[in-house]
Amino acid sequence: MSEKKTERREFLFTATYAVGAVGVAAVVWPMVDQMNPDASVKALASTEVDVSSVEPGKAITVLWRGKPVFIKRRTPEEIAEARAVKMDDLPDPQKDEDRAKDPEWLVMLGVCTHLGCVPLNDKGDYNGWFCPCHGSHYDTSGRIRKGPAPTNMEIPKYEFVNSNIIKIG
Amino acid sequence: MKDIFKIIYLTILLSITVHQVKAEEKLDLLKTDWSFKGLFGKFDRGALQRGYQVYTEVCASCHSMKYLSYRNLSEKGGPEFSIEQAKAIAASFEVTDGPNDDGEMFQRPAKLSDKFVMPYGNIKEAQAANGGAYPPDMSVLAKARSGGVDYIYSVLLGYEDPPSGVTLDDGVYYNKYMYGNKIKMSQPLYDGSVEYSDGTEATEEQMAKDVVTFLMWTAEPHLEARHKMGFKAILYLIVLTILVYFSMKKIWSRIESKV
Amino acid sequence: MSDHEYVPKSKFGKWFNDRLPLLTLSNHLTDYPTPKNLNYWWTFGGILTFCLITQIVTGLTLAMHYIAHADLAFESVEHIMRDVNYGWLIRYIHSNGASMFFLAVYIHIFRSLFYGSYKSPREMIWIIGIIIYLLMMAAAFMGYVLPWGQMSFWGATVITNLFSAIPFIGEGIVQWLWGGYSVDNPTLTRFFTLHYLIPFLILGLVVLHIWALHVPGNNNPIGIDIQKPSKDTVPFHPYIVIKDGFALLMFMIVFAFFVFYSPNILGHADNYIEANPMVTPPHIVPEWYLLPFYAILRSIPDKLMGVIAMLSAILILAALPWLDTSKIRSAVFRPLYKQFYWILVLDVIILGYVGAMPAEGLYLLVARVATAYYFIHFLIILPILGFKEKTMPIPLSITEPVLQDLSTIKKESLN
Repeated sequence: MSEKKTERREFLFTATYAVGAVGVAAVVWPMVDQMNPDASVKALASTEVDVSSVEPGKAITVLWRGKPVFIKRRTPEEIAEARAVKMDDLPDPQKDEDRAKDPEWLVMLGVCTHLGCVPLNDKGDYNGWFCPCHGSHYDTSGRIRKGPAPTNMEIPKYEFVNSNIIKIG
Repeated sequence: MKDIFKIIYLTILLSITVHQVKAEEKLDLLKTDWSFKGLFGKFDRGALQRGYQVYTEVCASCHSMKYLSYRNLSEKGGPEFSIEQAKAIAASFEVTDGPNDDGEMFQRPAKLSDKFVMPYGNIKEAQAANGGAYPPDMSVLAKARSGGVDYIYSVLLGYEDPPSGVTLDDGVYYNKYMYGNKIKMSQPLYDGSVEYSDGTEATEEQMAKDVVTFLMWTAEPHLEARHKMGFKAILYLIVLTILVYFSMKKIWSRIESKV
Repeated sequence: MSDHEYVPKSKFGKWFNDRLPLLTLSNHLTDYPTPKNLNYWWTFGGILTFCLITQIVTGLTLAMHYIAHADLAFESVEHIMRDVNYGWLIRYIHSNGASMFFLAVYIHIFRSLFYGSYKSPREMIWIIGIIIYLLMMAAAFMGYVLPWGQMSFWGATVITNLFSAIPFIGEGIVQWLWGGYSVDNPTLTRFFTLHYLIPFLILGLVVLHIWALHVPGNNNPIGIDIQKPSKDTVPFHPYIVIKDGFALLMFMIVFAFFVFYSPNILGHADNYIEANPMVTPPHIVPEWYLLPFYAILRSIPDKLMGVIAMLSAILILAALPWLDTSKIRSAVFRPLYKQFYWILVLDVIILGYVGAMPAEGLYLLVARVATAYYFIHFLIILPILGFKEKTMPIPLSITEPVLQDLSTIKKESLN
């Protein structure tokens, strides 16, 4: 058999394999993508929370996208404490001013950044939150101070619709 | 090879007889040129938007559409209202939400994520309001009737005075295309029933065509994506089939040449 | 090629294969000597494997979104069709896939009937195949119930009521099947469970089916045994693999056409109406692939006898290797059997047709005649034919006709 002929045969087989592989990949994608959040989940509206009844120093927990969100009305002492912390003392340095638009209100996802448990309010060594699962301590700004969690608790997108209502998401 | 011809012959023969028998039984449905039929069929956006108008202004007072959400109105492949338009449409409806912190249900304007508001609270209420007949939910109606869109189109335009000898009870109407010719819905569309904002003249035929197009979309919201993907998939399969065919010839030539 | 002991080349391969002979198995499968004269009717085994895998994969993904509850099932199917990413695609592949599966299995069965593949020494392959077919019907029927449309509900009601024909204990059995006094939520959840289970049973039986096949090896269009493996057979890979692949792609084009351009044509419009125990649809029909048996059921005016006739119509197939007394396998050399074979094909098509029609008047008469013929074919014609028929001379080996075959195929492809 001549070399040219062998080459053409090789090319034909390579092309067939390549085109076949593209098809397999194209079929696999829908089977994978069907597990992603579907259109009705993605469309789920934002949550509006009336916070008029929250006393200073108290926190409420609301459900948003299936996760707890802590809304804490902080006292002047707690705000001062959060703002006095030196950046060098933080494993995940972040200013309190960047975390709370209105210093009185701290709105954050109540999910420990270690493995997803819900931390307890007013517990721990830093007057903030304490995660009972693996012992992570958060301060009054929800920042990680001690323990295995790698980052501060997450701040969701939110806005004040008026002075009483916070819209999360 | 001969066997294949036999099978093909039998199939054709059978399908012809089936067709003839069916043709004898049924009155031919009215036909119109649907933009969504065919390999490249797409919805006519204008027709979908007008169809939505006919649905809300005429049908929605009795017929629910419980699997649709307001967000669907702005989704690709549908009427494609802008997000703002869809939000405004949603906000014009009131939905019950709750319970609030006091444990009470409350009314609020609908949001994009809400389902279409239903005309009746439950089936019994719907039956009570319509002389015992439940106006069927319209979400998948176009797929739930044999004859599909042509059938619904025909029924919408099939109202007639009953032929002599047919007596109708109160609240029952005569329709040429309805199964059994008796229908509990009064003629819904008359020339000028709605006023189209895009200047299209609202004739009976036009409104029927628009609303049925809309119903086809509500029943099959991904029809356009399906047609598009189908074309690509089949084209791809044909290319691969040709490649495999020649690969097969090459491979089998190894032994054929030896023989 | 056939009987030598396989030894992996690499050291690790040897170590592994001594402990788990997967490499021996894969070597057996690739080298498996296959008659070289197999025609395209033989590609449906591969196509059926594809169908089974497609149904399992799409079924698993659908099960992630489907809710098996009488109040939520219909809605969850609509959720799949509207909101789940590619949900419409997956569901349409699954629902049309069932029809494609049956189309392929009918061709596979009728191929076996034509070429006598069920005869000695392949009886076990055939019987396992019949069990697979029965399980397929069960799976398809229960799957059709899951969307909880009108046809789902009333189909389930009618089919489960068949068991009430059993004397004395019938009523009890039906209530046991339902988990109540009618088809309702308990019925739906158990049907879902079984619908999920059966495909894996089928998968296991398919392994046995192929195992049983690999003992005597494939039958072939000539129906005679392999004389010289080196001349009469080719290794499964790449020859049969590529041929099966080609046929599979052709099949997939038809499949894709249904999925993308007429996904609901094989279904019934009434199944897009949510189940309503108060209203029966004017005309209940099962899916097309069950119609012939439905016609047999309805053609007998007695309830119990109808059920028995329907079951016998399937079970009689299991006895086929002994009912067919002819020593010659392939219909190619049996001129009379060939005629009767095509009459049977026609008979089954007619049964399917009248099964879709109302059971009255002429249709009922035709159904009765066709039912009678179906049984006559298997119980009378086949046993007698084996003794009476004058068969044509069969060739000594498949190599010679192969030559002929190939030359004709070449001519055709040139045209």
